[in-house]
Amino acid sequence: MSTDKTLTPPPHTEPVVFTRDMLDWLPWLEPMAEADMTEHHIKSLVDAARVKSPYFRLLARDPDVLEARTRTDKDIFYNPEAGLPRAERELAAAATSRLNGCIYCASVHARFAATYSKRVDDVQRLLDEGVEARLDERWEAIVAASVALTALPMTFGKDHVERLRAVGLDDAAIADLIGAASFFNWANRLMLSLGVPATQPK
Amino acid sequence: MTDVIDSLVGIAPGSKLDAIRAQRIEARKHAQASFTSLFEPKQLGGVTTDERHAIASFVTGLHGEPKTDAFYAAKLPANLRSAVAAEVAAAKTKGPYGHFPKGPLSVEDTPGPTWKVSDAGRAALGPRLAAAFEHTHMLVFHPRDASAASLQSLLDAGWSTDDIVTVSQLVSFLSYQIRVVAGLGVLASTL
Repeated sequence: MSTDKTLTPPPHTEPVVFTRDMLDWLPWLEPMAEADMTEHHIKSLVDAARVKSPYFRLLARDPDVLEARTRTDKDIFYNPEAGLPRAERELAAAATSRLNGCIYCASVHARFAATYSKRVDDVQRLLDEGVEARLDERWEAIVAASVALTALPMTFGKDHVERLRAVGLDDAAIADLIGAASFFNWANRLMLSLGVPATQPK
Repeated sequence: MTDVIDSLVGIAPGSKLDAIRAQRIEARKHAQASFTSLFEPKQLGGVTTDERHAIASFVTGLHGEPKTDAFYAAKLPANLRSAVAAEVAAAKTKGPYGHFPKGPLSVEDTPGPTWKVSDAGRAALGPRLAAAFEHTHMLVFHPRDASAASLQSLLDAGWSTDDIVTVSQLVSFLSYQIRVVAGLGVLASTL
Protein backbone atom coordinates (compact mmCIF):
# COMPACT_ATOMS: atom_id res chain seq x y z
CA MET A 1 0.00 0.00 0.00
CA SER A 2 1.16 3.47 -0.76
CA THR A 3 0.77 6.06 1.97
CA ASP A 4 0.00 8.68 -0.69
CA LYS A 5 -3.59 9.82 -0.96
CA THR A 6 -5.88 11.24 -3.58
CA LEU A 7 -7.06 14.80 -3.00
CA THR A 8 -10.62 15.94 -2.57
CA PRO A 9 -10.85 19.20 -4.52
CA PRO A 10 -12.37 22.17 -2.68
CA PRO A 11 -16.02 23.04 -3.40
CA HIS A 12 -16.28 23.98 -7.07
CA THR A 13 -18.64 23.94 -10.04
CA GLU A 14 -17.73 21.52 -12.79
CA PRO A 15 -18.48 22.83 -16.30
CA VAL A 16 -21.19 20.69 -17.93
CA VAL A 17 -20.84 22.06 -21.48
CA PHE A 18 -17.93 22.74 -23.81
CA THR A 19 -17.03 26.41 -23.49
CA ARG A 20 -14.48 29.02 -24.55
CA ASP A 21 -14.52 30.44 -21.02
CA MET A 22 -11.35 30.32 -18.93
CA LEU A 23 -11.50 27.32 -16.60
CA ASP A 24 -9.56 26.21 -13.55
CA TRP A 25 -8.18 22.73 -13.09
CA LEU A 26 -8.10 20.99 -9.71
CA PRO A 27 -5.73 18.07 -9.15
CA TRP A 28 -6.69 14.68 -7.70
CA LEU A 29 -3.08 14.01 -6.71
CA GLU A 30 -0.75 16.24 -4.72
CA PRO A 31 1.37 18.56 -6.92
CA MET A 32 4.92 19.18 -5.77
CA ALA A 33 5.24 21.96 -3.24
CA GLU A 34 7.15 24.89 -4.71
CA ALA A 35 9.56 24.73 -1.79
CA ASP A 36 10.47 21.12 -2.63
CA MET A 37 11.26 21.80 -6.27
CA THR A 38 14.92 21.61 -7.27
CA GLU A 39 16.48 23.42 -10.22
CA HIS A 40 15.87 20.27 -12.23
CA HIS A 41 12.13 20.44 -11.47
CA ILE A 42 11.96 24.17 -12.23
CA LYS A 43 13.79 23.69 -15.52
CA SER A 44 11.31 20.96 -16.49
CA LEU A 45 8.51 23.56 -16.44
CA VAL A 46 10.23 25.35 -19.35
CA ASP A 47 8.19 28.51 -18.55
CA ALA A 48 9.03 29.57 -15.00
CA ALA A 49 5.52 31.06 -14.57
CA ARG A 50 4.12 27.53 -14.70
CA VAL A 51 5.29 27.04 -11.13
CA LYS A 52 1.90 28.55 -10.20
CA SER A 53 0.04 25.80 -12.08
CA PRO A 54 -0.95 22.72 -10.03
CA TYR A 55 -1.08 20.71 -13.26
CA PHE A 56 2.55 21.40 -14.15
CA ARG A 57 3.74 21.03 -10.55
CA LEU A 58 2.09 17.60 -10.50
CA LEU A 59 3.72 16.57 -13.79
CA ALA A 60 7.06 17.91 -12.47
CA ARG A 61 7.22 14.75 -10.35
CA ASP A 62 8.72 13.20 -13.50
CA PRO A 63 10.71 16.21 -14.68
CA ASP A 64 12.51 14.77 -17.70
CA VAL A 65 9.27 13.55 -19.25
CA LEU A 66 7.53 16.85 -18.51
CA GLU A 67 10.27 18.89 -20.15
CA ALA A 68 10.31 16.71 -23.27
CA ARG A 69 6.48 16.81 -23.41
CA THR A 70 6.42 20.58 -23.17
CA ARG A 71 9.11 21.15 -25.81
CA THR A 72 7.29 18.78 -28.18
CA ASP A 73 4.03 20.66 -27.56
CA LYS A 74 5.54 24.09 -28.15
CA ASP A 75 7.14 23.20 -31.46
CA ILE A 76 4.00 21.50 -32.79
CA PHE A 77 1.83 24.50 -31.99
CA TYR A 78 4.04 27.60 -31.91
CA ASN A 79 6.65 27.05 -34.61
CA PRO A 80 5.59 29.63 -37.22
CA GLU A 81 7.63 28.17 -40.10
CA ALA A 82 5.51 26.82 -42.99
CA GLY A 83 3.02 24.03 -42.48
CA LEU A 84 -0.50 24.44 -41.12
CA PRO A 85 -1.58 27.94 -39.98
CA ARG A 86 -1.67 28.25 -36.19
CA ALA A 87 -5.48 28.62 -36.16
CA GLU A 88 -5.89 25.24 -37.80
CA ARG A 89 -3.38 23.47 -35.54
CA GLU A 90 -5.55 24.78 -32.70
CA LEU A 91 -8.68 23.61 -34.53
CA ALA A 92 -7.24 20.08 -34.68
CA ALA A 93 -6.46 20.26 -30.94
CA ALA A 94 -9.97 21.49 -30.14
CA ALA A 95 -11.63 18.83 -32.31
CA THR A 96 -9.56 16.06 -30.74
CA SER A 97 -10.42 17.35 -27.25
CA ARG A 98 -14.11 17.60 -28.20
CA LEU A 99 -14.16 13.97 -29.30
CA ASN A 100 -12.22 12.62 -26.32
CA GLY A 101 -14.34 14.76 -23.99
CA CYS A 102 -11.67 16.99 -22.44
CA ILE A 103 -13.67 20.10 -21.57
CA TYR A 104 -10.61 21.85 -20.12
CA CYS A 105 -8.34 21.24 -23.15
CA ALA A 106 -11.14 22.11 -25.56
CA SER A 107 -11.71 25.44 -23.80
CA VAL A 108 -8.07 26.51 -24.14
CA HIS A 109 -7.64 25.50 -27.75
CA ALA A 110 -11.08 26.67 -28.89
CA ARG A 111 -10.10 30.10 -27.54
CA PHE A 112 -6.85 29.98 -29.51
CA ALA A 113 -8.61 28.72 -32.65
CA ALA A 114 -11.16 31.53 -32.39
CA THR A 115 -8.49 34.16 -31.71
CA TYR A 116 -6.25 33.17 -34.61
CA SER A 117 -9.01 32.44 -37.15
CA LYS A 118 -11.50 35.11 -36.03
CA ARG A 119 -14.18 32.48 -36.82
CA VAL A 120 -15.78 32.57 -33.39
CA ASP A 121 -19.14 31.18 -34.54
CA ASP A 122 -17.61 28.19 -36.30
CA VAL A 123 -15.44 27.36 -33.30
CA GLN A 124 -18.42 27.66 -30.97
CA ARG A 125 -20.49 25.43 -33.28
CA LEU A 126 -17.79 22.75 -33.01
CA LEU A 127 -18.01 22.98 -29.22
CA ASP A 128 -21.83 23.02 -29.15
CA GLU A 129 -22.59 20.40 -31.78
CA GLY A 130 -19.48 18.27 -31.75
CA VAL A 131 -17.19 16.98 -34.46
CA GLU A 132 -20.02 16.56 -36.99
CA ALA A 133 -20.74 20.32 -36.92
CA ARG A 134 -21.05 22.09 -40.27
CA LEU A 135 -18.06 24.44 -40.70
CA ASP A 136 -16.69 24.77 -44.21
CA GLU A 137 -15.05 22.16 -46.39
CA ARG A 138 -11.50 22.99 -45.29
CA TRP A 139 -12.31 22.99 -41.58
CA GLU A 140 -14.53 19.92 -41.88
CA ALA A 141 -11.66 18.09 -43.60
CA ILE A 142 -9.31 19.06 -40.74
CA VAL A 143 -11.82 18.00 -38.09
CA ALA A 144 -12.56 14.72 -39.88
CA ALA A 145 -8.84 13.90 -40.10
CA SER A 146 -8.40 14.68 -36.39
CA VAL A 147 -11.33 12.41 -35.56
CA ALA A 148 -9.95 9.60 -37.73
CA LEU A 149 -6.60 9.82 -35.92
CA THR A 150 -8.26 9.90 -32.49
CA ALA A 151 -10.88 7.15 -32.84
CA LEU A 152 -9.96 3.58 -32.00
CA PRO A 153 -9.45 1.69 -34.13
CA MET A 154 -7.90 4.55 -36.08
CA THR A 155 -9.50 5.15 -39.47
CA PHE A 156 -7.09 7.76 -40.84
CA GLY A 157 -6.30 6.77 -44.42
CA LYS A 158 -5.36 7.96 -47.88
CA ASP A 159 -8.86 9.33 -48.43
CA HIS A 160 -8.29 11.77 -45.55
CA VAL A 161 -4.96 12.87 -47.02
CA GLU A 162 -6.57 13.39 -50.43
CA ARG A 163 -9.41 15.42 -48.92
CA LEU A 164 -6.88 17.60 -47.07
CA ARG A 165 -4.90 18.16 -50.25
CA ALA A 166 -8.08 19.08 -52.09
CA VAL A 167 -8.74 21.89 -49.59
CA GLY A 168 -5.21 23.24 -49.96
CA LEU A 169 -3.05 21.55 -47.34
CA ASP A 170 0.45 20.67 -48.52
CA ASP A 171 2.49 17.78 -47.11
CA ALA A 172 4.01 19.90 -44.33
CA ALA A 173 0.56 21.13 -43.30
CA ILE A 174 -0.78 17.58 -43.21
CA ALA A 175 2.19 16.53 -41.06
CA ASP A 176 1.37 19.41 -38.70
CA LEU A 177 -2.23 18.28 -38.47
CA ILE A 178 -1.08 14.75 -37.63
CA GLY A 179 1.23 16.21 -34.96
CA ALA A 180 -1.44 18.43 -33.43
CA ALA A 181 -4.23 15.83 -33.29
CA SER A 182 -1.84 13.15 -32.03
CA PHE A 183 -0.40 15.46 -29.39
CA PHE A 184 -3.85 16.14 -28.00
CA ASN A 185 -4.37 12.45 -27.54
CA TRP A 186 -1.44 12.79 -25.13
CA ALA A 187 -2.57 16.01 -23.45
CA ASN A 188 -6.26 15.06 -23.12
CA ARG A 189 -5.40 11.90 -21.23
CA LEU A 190 -3.26 13.71 -18.65
CA MET A 191 -5.79 16.51 -18.10
CA LEU A 192 -8.77 14.15 -17.91
CA SER A 193 -7.22 11.58 -15.60
CA LEU A 194 -5.24 13.61 -13.05
CA GLY A 195 -7.83 16.19 -12.04
CA VAL A 196 -11.05 17.95 -12.83
CA PRO A 197 -12.00 21.26 -14.50
CA ALA A 198 -13.85 23.94 -12.57
CA THR A 199 -15.61 27.11 -13.64
CA GLN A 200 -13.86 30.27 -12.51
CA PRO A 201 -15.61 32.40 -9.91
CA LYS A 202 -17.34 35.38 -11.55
CA MET B 1 20.48 6.76 -31.19
CA THR B 2 17.85 5.89 -33.77
CA ASP B 3 14.76 8.08 -33.81
CA VAL B 4 11.93 5.70 -32.94
CA ILE B 5 9.23 7.51 -34.94
CA ASP B 6 11.47 7.75 -38.04
CA SER B 7 12.39 4.13 -37.71
CA LEU B 8 8.81 2.87 -37.25
CA VAL B 9 7.47 4.96 -40.14
CA GLY B 10 10.49 4.08 -42.29
CA ILE B 11 11.61 7.66 -42.90
CA ALA B 12 14.92 7.54 -44.76
CA PRO B 13 17.46 10.40 -44.49
CA GLY B 14 17.01 12.74 -47.43
CA SER B 15 13.41 11.68 -48.08
CA LYS B 16 10.51 14.10 -48.37
CA LEU B 17 9.18 13.23 -44.92
CA ASP B 18 12.67 13.60 -43.45
CA ALA B 19 12.70 17.18 -44.73
CA ILE B 20 9.20 17.82 -43.38
CA ARG B 21 10.08 16.46 -39.94
CA ALA B 22 13.25 18.58 -40.01
CA GLN B 23 11.04 21.70 -40.10
CA ARG B 24 9.78 20.68 -36.63
CA ILE B 25 13.19 19.79 -35.30
CA GLU B 26 12.33 20.51 -31.66
CA ALA B 27 9.21 18.34 -31.77
CA ARG B 28 11.18 15.56 -33.44
CA LYS B 29 13.99 15.77 -30.89
CA HIS B 30 11.71 15.96 -27.86
CA ALA B 31 9.30 13.26 -28.99
CA GLN B 32 12.41 11.09 -28.98
CA ALA B 33 13.52 12.54 -25.63
CA SER B 34 10.08 11.65 -24.23
CA PHE B 35 10.60 8.08 -25.36
CA THR B 36 14.07 7.97 -23.80
CA SER B 37 12.88 9.54 -20.54
CA LEU B 38 10.13 6.94 -20.25
CA PHE B 39 11.93 3.81 -21.41
CA GLU B 40 15.61 4.52 -20.74
CA PRO B 41 15.30 7.03 -17.88
CA LYS B 42 18.30 8.41 -16.01
CA GLN B 43 16.50 7.39 -12.83
CA LEU B 44 13.94 4.62 -12.79
CA GLY B 45 12.14 5.93 -9.73
CA GLY B 46 9.43 3.56 -8.52
CA VAL B 47 8.48 2.12 -11.91
CA THR B 48 10.65 -0.80 -13.04
CA THR B 49 11.81 -1.33 -16.60
CA ASP B 50 9.71 -4.47 -16.90
CA GLU B 51 6.63 -2.59 -15.67
CA ARG B 52 7.22 0.17 -18.21
CA HIS B 53 7.55 -2.35 -21.03
CA ALA B 54 4.57 -4.42 -19.91
CA ILE B 55 2.29 -1.38 -19.79
CA ALA B 56 3.65 -0.14 -23.14
CA SER B 57 3.03 -3.48 -24.78
CA PHE B 58 -0.52 -3.51 -23.43
CA VAL B 59 -1.13 0.02 -24.80
CA THR B 60 0.25 -0.75 -28.25
CA GLY B 61 -1.59 -4.08 -28.32
CA LEU B 62 -4.86 -2.26 -27.65
CA HIS B 63 -4.17 0.15 -30.51
CA GLY B 64 -3.36 -2.67 -32.90
CA GLU B 65 -0.89 -0.75 -35.06
CA PRO B 66 1.37 -3.64 -36.13
CA LYS B 67 4.79 -1.94 -36.38
CA THR B 68 4.58 -0.01 -33.14
CA ASP B 69 3.10 -3.01 -31.37
CA ALA B 70 5.92 -5.28 -32.55
CA PHE B 71 8.53 -2.74 -31.41
CA TYR B 72 7.24 -2.63 -27.83
CA ALA B 73 6.26 -6.33 -27.67
CA ALA B 74 9.90 -7.18 -28.41
CA LYS B 75 10.91 -5.39 -25.19
CA LEU B 76 8.45 -7.33 -23.08
CA PRO B 77 9.89 -9.79 -20.55
CA ALA B 78 9.34 -13.31 -21.91
CA ASN B 79 7.44 -14.46 -18.83
CA LEU B 80 4.76 -11.80 -19.41
CA ARG B 81 4.30 -12.21 -23.17
CA SER B 82 1.40 -14.64 -23.20
CA ALA B 83 -0.35 -12.92 -20.27
CA VAL B 84 -0.20 -9.52 -21.98
CA ALA B 85 -1.37 -10.99 -25.29
CA ALA B 86 -4.32 -12.68 -23.59
CA GLU B 87 -5.36 -9.48 -21.82
CA VAL B 88 -5.03 -7.46 -25.04
CA ALA B 89 -7.29 -9.93 -26.85
CA ALA B 90 -9.90 -9.71 -24.09
CA ALA B 91 -9.65 -5.94 -23.59
CA LYS B 92 -9.59 -4.60 -27.13
CA THR B 93 -12.63 -2.48 -27.99
CA LYS B 94 -13.64 0.73 -29.76
CA GLY B 95 -13.18 4.25 -28.49
CA PRO B 96 -13.45 6.89 -27.32
CA TYR B 97 -16.55 6.24 -25.20
CA GLY B 98 -17.63 7.31 -21.74
CA HIS B 99 -19.72 9.72 -19.73
CA PHE B 100 -19.81 13.50 -19.57
CA PRO B 101 -20.54 15.45 -16.40
CA LYS B 102 -24.30 15.25 -15.80
CA GLY B 103 -26.08 17.93 -17.81
CA PRO B 104 -26.70 18.93 -21.42
CA LEU B 105 -23.85 16.69 -22.64
CA SER B 106 -25.40 13.59 -21.06
CA VAL B 107 -27.22 12.92 -24.35
CA GLU B 108 -23.75 12.25 -25.81
CA ASP B 109 -22.85 9.67 -23.14
CA THR B 110 -21.59 6.55 -24.87
CA PRO B 111 -21.69 3.50 -22.64
CA GLY B 112 -18.90 0.95 -22.72
CA PRO B 113 -17.14 -1.56 -20.53
CA THR B 114 -15.12 -0.88 -17.38
CA TRP B 115 -12.65 -3.61 -18.15
CA LYS B 116 -11.11 -5.87 -15.50
CA VAL B 117 -8.03 -8.08 -15.79
CA SER B 118 -8.87 -11.81 -15.88
CA ASP B 119 -8.06 -14.01 -12.87
CA ALA B 120 -5.33 -15.74 -14.85
CA GLY B 121 -3.96 -12.35 -15.91
CA ARG B 122 -3.99 -11.09 -12.34
CA ALA B 123 -2.01 -14.14 -11.25
CA ALA B 124 0.57 -13.67 -14.01
CA LEU B 125 0.87 -9.88 -13.77
CA GLY B 126 0.59 -9.41 -10.03
CA PRO B 127 -1.61 -6.81 -8.32
CA ARG B 128 0.45 -3.73 -9.27
CA LEU B 129 0.47 -4.37 -13.00
CA ALA B 130 -3.12 -5.65 -12.93
CA ALA B 131 -4.25 -2.32 -11.45
CA ALA B 132 -2.12 -0.40 -13.96
CA PHE B 133 -3.62 -2.37 -16.88
CA GLU B 134 -7.18 -1.60 -15.74
CA HIS B 135 -6.31 2.10 -15.45
CA THR B 136 -4.57 1.97 -18.83
CA HIS B 137 -7.63 0.48 -20.51
CA MET B 138 -9.68 3.43 -19.25
CA LEU B 139 -7.04 5.93 -20.43
CA VAL B 140 -6.87 4.38 -23.88
CA PHE B 141 -10.57 3.84 -24.60
CA HIS B 142 -12.64 6.03 -22.28
CA PRO B 143 -10.47 8.70 -20.68
CA ARG B 144 -13.43 10.97 -19.89
CA ASP B 145 -14.58 8.36 -17.33
CA ALA B 146 -11.46 9.04 -15.24
CA SER B 147 -12.01 9.82 -11.58
CA ALA B 148 -10.11 10.16 -8.33
CA ALA B 149 -11.32 6.62 -7.58
CA SER B 150 -9.27 5.21 -10.50
CA LEU B 151 -6.17 6.87 -9.03
CA GLN B 152 -7.04 5.51 -5.58
CA SER B 153 -7.08 1.99 -7.07
CA LEU B 154 -3.52 2.56 -8.26
CA LEU B 155 -2.42 3.87 -4.85
CA ASP B 156 -4.09 0.87 -3.19
CA ALA B 157 -2.13 -1.46 -5.48
CA GLY B 158 1.16 0.09 -4.35
CA TRP B 159 1.84 2.80 -6.91
CA SER B 160 3.00 6.11 -5.39
CA THR B 161 1.93 9.55 -6.63
CA ASP B 162 5.26 9.89 -8.47
CA ASP B 163 4.78 6.46 -10.07
CA ILE B 164 1.26 7.37 -11.21
CA VAL B 165 2.57 10.51 -12.93
CA THR B 166 5.14 8.39 -14.80
CA VAL B 167 2.63 5.70 -15.76
CA SER B 168 0.09 8.33 -16.90
CA GLN B 169 2.75 10.00 -19.04
CA LEU B 170 3.79 6.66 -20.47
CA VAL B 171 0.28 5.70 -21.59
CA SER B 172 -0.47 9.22 -22.83
CA PHE B 173 2.84 9.59 -24.69
CA LEU B 174 2.21 6.28 -26.46
CA SER B 175 -1.27 7.50 -27.43
CA TYR B 176 0.63 10.27 -29.26
CA GLN B 177 3.50 8.23 -30.67
CA ILE B 178 1.26 5.48 -32.07
CA ARG B 179 -0.89 8.06 -33.89
CA VAL B 180 2.07 10.00 -35.30
CA VAL B 181 3.56 6.78 -36.63
CA ALA B 182 0.25 5.68 -38.14
CA GLY B 183 -0.52 9.13 -39.55
CA LEU B 184 2.91 9.75 -41.07
CA GLY B 185 2.83 6.21 -42.44
CA VAL B 186 -0.35 7.03 -44.35
CA LEU B 187 1.11 10.33 -45.56
CA ALA B 188 4.31 8.57 -46.68
CA SER B 189 2.29 6.08 -48.69
CA THR B 190 0.86 8.97 -50.76
CA LEU B 191 4.17 10.73 -51.49
